[in-house]
Amino acid sequence: MPQGATPLMHGQVLPPRLALTGIVKRYGAMLANDAVTLSVAPGEIHALLGENGAGKSTLMKIVYGVVAPDAGTIAWEGRPVAIPDPNAARALGIGMVFQHFSLFETLTVAENIALGLGTRQPLAALTAEIRRVAAQYGLAVEPGRHVHHLSVGERQRVEILRCLLQRPRLLILDEPTSVLTPQEAEGLFAMLRRLAEEGCSILYISHKLEEIRALCTAATVLRAGQVVARCDPRIETAESLAEMMIGGGLARTSRPPARWTGPPCLVVDGLTLAADEPFGTTLREVALELRAGEILGIAGVAGNGQKELLAALAGERRAPGARILLQGRPIGVLGPAERRDRGLHFIPEERLGRGAVAEYSLAENALLTRLNPTTAPRGLLDLRAVNALAARLITRFGVRCAGPAAQGRSLSGGNMQKFIVGREIDAGPRVLLAAHPTWGVDIGAALAIRQALLDLAAAGAGVLVVSEDLDELLEIADRIAVLSGGRLSPPVPVSQTSVEAIGLLMGGAEGVAHAVAA
Amino acid sequence: MRLRLEARPEPSRAMLWLSPLLAALLAAAGGGVVFALLGYDPWAALGMLFLAPLSSLDGLTELGLKATPLLLCALGIAIGVRANVWNIGAEGQLTMGAIAGGGVALAFGGAGHWWVLPLMLLAGVAGGAAWGALPALLRTRFNAHEILTTLMLNYVAIQILGWLVHGPWIDPEGFNFPQTRMFEADALLPVLVEGSRLHAGFLLALLAVPLGWLLLARTVTGFRLRTVGQAPAAARYAGFSASGAVWFSLVLSGALAGLAGVSEAAGPVGQLQPSMSPGYGFAAIIVAFLGRLNPVGILFASLLMALLYLGGEQLQVSMQLPLAATGTIQGMLLFFLLATDVFIDQRLVLAEARHA
Repeated sequence: MPQGATPLMHGQVLPPRLALTGIVKRYGAMLANDAVTLSVAPGEIHALLGENGAGKSTLMKIVYGVVAPDAGTIAWEGRPVAIPDPNAARALGIGMVFQHFSLFETLTVAENIALGLGTRQPLAALTAEIRRVAAQYGLAVEPGRHVHHLSVGERQRVEILRCLLQRPRLLILDEPTSVLTPQEAEGLFAMLRRLAEEGCSILYISHKLEEIRALCTAATVLRAGQVVARCDPRIETAESLAEMMIGGGLARTSRPPARWTGPPCLVVDGLTLAADEPFGTTLREVALELRAGEILGIAGVAGNGQKELLAALAGERRAPGARILLQGRPIGVLGPAERRDRGLHFIPEERLGRGAVAEYSLAENALLTRLNPTTAPRGLLDLRAVNALAARLITRFGVRCAGPAAQGRSLSGGNMQKFIVGREIDAGPRVLLAAHPTWGVDIGAALAIRQALLDLAAAGAGVLVVSEDLDELLEIADRIAVLSGGRLSPPVPVSQTSVEAIGLLMGGAEGVAHAVAA
Repeated sequence: MRLRLEARPEPSRAMLWLSPLLAALLAAAGGGVVFALLGYDPWAALGMLFLAPLSSLDGLTELGLKATPLLLCALGIAIGVRANVWNIGAEGQLTMGAIAGGGVALAFGGAGHWWVLPLMLLAGVAGGAAWGALPALLRTRFNAHEILTTLMLNYVAIQILGWLVHGPWIDPEGFNFPQTRMFEADALLPVLVEGSRLHAGFLLALLAVPLGWLLLARTVTGFRLRTVGQAPAAARYAGFSASGAVWFSLVLSGALAGLAGVSEAAGPVGQLQPSMSPGYGFAAIIVAFLGRLNPVGILFASLLMALLYLGGEQLQVSMQLPLAATGTIQGMLLFFLLATDVFIDQRLVLAEARHA
């Protein structure tokens, strides 16, 4: 790929594709963007780095016309422009691939793209066009397939194709690899490099630093709404990038030597469970053995049965044929509250709405999984005890909030997560199930959560962590198993595996799974 | 420059309680406009509607009388809505309560047994609860939504009452009027104020207010109900049963409506007639929301709604306005409440010119 970000043409320097100057956006008392200046050259792959809440999303929403800035100017290829809505953004040649896809499951790929484009072009012509563009960029997508048959990676390709058909000159991608296997991510990078070579600029939002170092040719780092650094990520280290993001030295989790020799505390055998929603995943003959004192990581691309496995283990769904033993006692017929009473706690993936209630105070949210004779003697709530519990969780786990009376929705995602993780750890579980415990959480909070999980395991509990973040699992887990297509591979010790091996399993190579099992 | 609604960072506490007051004022103003358009003096009509009933002891006791069934039904409805269970069937549950209690009165009344009245109340509660249990079964077993089933069961209950008072239970000495004989004295609720119709049912309704508050705010059961209503996934996660919440709230609100029904039968009506309620069960839905689904708020809202009923009657008698006038103002009250509620979570801002 060309090294120079701004190619010279007729001896004249081209104006930047996109130049933001002094962008300010204020939400109430919070300054989401504080005089942000950002310039993206033609054909450049530009990383936008920052912790959660640093203002990346707000800035991208401004560029894509979703949010209007309070001050500042946007220049497109040297000319000042106004972008009042996403249609105007698309008309300029800006495409955006969001983290959460907006596809109709029951329609085909071509129909979805036709809807997104809003063209009057006949479907047959559009299908041919889709095939051509897909082949050009090596995006394997069959236009006639229904979206609900597609894997998450394929769906992302559909979203990207939808943008490419509009011949974008700036493509924005928001955390695109969080749903991909390492191999799929490589394919995406190849496609993006190709696109950049053709002159399309790319704005790449991610928190995966290694990936940014491998892909991007320039980076702008945001912290608390302000640009704190501009750099060439290729000559930085992951550590130096992280320090720019958090503005200080990076602490590390301290990890005891791996151990998975304790007595089994959760044993699952023959867990087969049909999907309960039209596009869910059926669990097939899942077996696992979690040992006291270990962290067992479950890797896998989202949508391969993680939700179903956790629901079955936590008791939200019962699997009649399965054998589930908690410290040697069968719990298969018990519901979530009864399993919790026996020491099995669960940190769900969704914070507001599942792990906590947005409209509830933190005190009420503490009560959600901590109803017991202390907080609710004889069926009546003891508000003083409940408030004391919430206050203890807040101090013990460093939750930044106004106090036990603060509404759930007033907390940032990371603080809410700390509260939920703290609530379950404070209960002293024998077994803890954690789904994506640090997803969308800033680096400092993620570190605290990982350390809390490590400490819990060190104290003798069995911890099962489901995560899409392979780096995280490799950091904290003792053993890793891979969930793919509803089947769980046998666990392998972290010291005896590699990102590539796990990635192959994640890609659903069933033959490989059996080969490893054999 | 244009007006735009913008989400408030925090829901406005002031608007939460101001909204019902604003709605009442706007409904009164709207009513005044309607009266003026109909050719009546709006001030006189509004005075008659809102002030005249409050100016005498007789009016005040009637206010309590009318507020009783509204309060009981609305408390049940509100507890249901907090659990996201929508009981539109209070009218039918009230009717079944009246039938069950009235049946006891007709069978055992007149012999002077002390247990007749307690048994009537129990029967009324059971009748209403059973009529609430039916949609609970349909919902949890067949996934039939309770908004439809409770609404339809209203008409079934009214038809059953109609059949009873036209047929098997008709007063043989009643000149073929479709009504039962008057209940005996031992089957009537004691009157609270000499010379008025205000009966002991009012005290039961008042007692239900702190109990309802206690249930919602201070018990594990109430916490489970609220969680199921507020965040179903969180309730599943915590292990709170959604079908349990459906059963509990429909049976409880049915029981409260049934108590309202038997109180009407054993109170001001004193017999069973083809219609036991001028739409209390439906008006109670408005009362529940006007009272912010909060038992204390509902107490005040039921008094306001009772005032509308009373004032409406006054208007009919003295100004010959149709009964529909009351219904119009009730409707406006709900309409304006929904409109002003928008401002709890949102605020009106002048949209500034966008950046150039």
